[in-house]
Amino acid sequence: MADQMKPGSGPLDYGNRLWLKILFGVIFFMLYVPIITLVAFSFNTDRRGIVWRGFTFDNYVKAWNNSALIEAMVNSLMIALIATIIATVLGAMVALMLWRFRFPFKGAYEAFMGLPIVIPEICMGVALLLFFNETGMMAAVVAMPWPLNLSNIIIAHVAFCFPFVAIVVRSRLVGFNRQLEEASKDLGASEWQTFWKVIVPFMMPGLVAGALLAFTLSLDDFVITFFTSGPETVTFPVKVYSLVRRGVSPEINAASTVLIVITVVATVLAMKLQAPQKSGKG
Amino acid sequence: MDNWKDNKSVFWTLAGPGTFWMLVFFILPLGFLFVMSFSDKAVINGEISITEYDYLTGISNYVRSVDPLYLTIIWKSIWVSALATILCLVTAYPIAFGICFASERWKPLLLLLVVLPFWINLLIRTYALIAVFRSQGYVNLALGAVGLGPYDMLYNNFAVIFGLVYVYMPFMVLPLYATIERLDKSFLEASLDLGASQFTTFLKVTVPLTMPGIITGVILVFIPCLGSFLTPDLLGGANAVMIGNVIERQFKAANDWPFGAALSFMLMYATFAALMLRAFFAKRSAGVDV
Repeated sequence: MADQMKPGSGPLDYGNRLWLKILFGVIFFMLYVPIITLVAFSFNTDRRGIVWRGFTFDNYVKAWNNSALIEAMVNSLMIALIATIIATVLGAMVALMLWRFRFPFKGAYEAFMGLPIVIPEICMGVALLLFFNETGMMAAVVAMPWPLNLSNIIIAHVAFCFPFVAIVVRSRLVGFNRQLEEASKDLGASEWQTFWKVIVPFMMPGLVAGALLAFTLSLDDFVITFFTSGPETVTFPVKVYSLVRRGVSPEINAASTVLIVITVVATVLAMKLQAPQKSGKG
Repeated sequence: MDNWKDNKSVFWTLAGPGTFWMLVFFILPLGFLFVMSFSDKAVINGEISITEYDYLTGISNYVRSVDPLYLTIIWKSIWVSALATILCLVTAYPIAFGICFASERWKPLLLLLVVLPFWINLLIRTYALIAVFRSQGYVNLALGAVGLGPYDMLYNNFAVIFGLVYVYMPFMVLPLYATIERLDKSFLEASLDLGASQFTTFLKVTVPLTMPGIITGVILVFIPCLGSFLTPDLLGGANAVMIGNVIERQFKAANDWPFGAALSFMLMYATFAALMLRAFFAKRSAGVDV
């Protein structure tokens, strides 16, 4: 019997089953065809974007010259940048606290920190809209000059990003050998020096991964921004939303492609940093 | 791990900012929303005010939210989400299974391919689907080439369910992958050696042993589906309204914030119920979790 078996046809060798390969093909086809056609048609000369008529960069030039679209993109990047910095600092501090200390009701505190992750986005969005309105923050911020008029959106983004950063950084800290900390203190370093020279360098991959995660989450967010942005402020997803409601156009394809490239690069970087270090690299 | 009392200043320095942010910019807004859900628009000189409210007037908004009109939408949101979750599970399980049994060379690449769409903006992915499904889209173009159609594939429940499956699939694959990867493959060998068929082995060994992953995946997909706003808004239009769209309408076009607040809390209670169900099942299957 055994000699009749081809390689890859063993009872547990599911990876080589034809039906599974076909299924993989179909599902990946369905996952990627919409995105690939979106990217491909950003280079299409046809205005209505249905039939392929020829290769062009015109749509990118048009998107670039569309000042409203560029303004929305700059807003989005600015929000993502500031929100990422604040969220990374807050998330890292919470992660350090959870990693280092035991305290009463720790389980409840962790669940509390996880709330922004589980709560429906739309509920968080409307709650913040109400809060900013009732406290007068909405009216105050709308009158401020750029980039201060983005403050409410940044505050909202930090609130849903930093619990994610805390989770990423904490999972990195779990691998820390606390004897290193003790050794550092034995050798005369202060608590502060130990923190900067021993713990922070160890945390670094987690910090970068957490920051990139926060950056993509912030850049991607539509729902919460939709509610917390004032009538005047537009971010890239909010702008695309209003354009999409009016119909499909190759300009949106071009702008979307730019955003896809940014997020994919950030994600691949984050994954590389989070992956367990190969031996030899330390 | 240190006791927090040993180094209170460090503890409070680290805990302070994050906790403050959560309390002021998350819990407090939810508190505002909670109060609003029990309030009504103020009536000034016999006219209903747009901006003023009478706070804590009663549960009238909740009573209204169980009106058959809204109850139908809540019910519909639940079954649309449930159907999308089941479809996700059915498609994601073979994917996760296949990745676990793929060669080491392919595994990271396949995982990346599954996760990557998740990082692409939700709005852009939904927009991409519109281009595929609209009446002059690629699906209809392909069907037209063989003499079929065109069909209306947008702005109905089908489009919404397909969109939800498309968008939340990675949430299902990842927990399934994690549990199948940890599954001791010798159990499968033992079952097959003892004469069970592949199908029986799958049903009686693989599925029960990967139940924790299934439960996690189901919850991770069901919750965002239930609260989704963008997918039904863009793909469903007026024909496939879900609870998220009703909430949005109360806070934007209809300008009835107290009622929108009550609906938001209904949605949150449903979410917490789903989470509690998960905790309950996780406890029950704890003995199986190897």
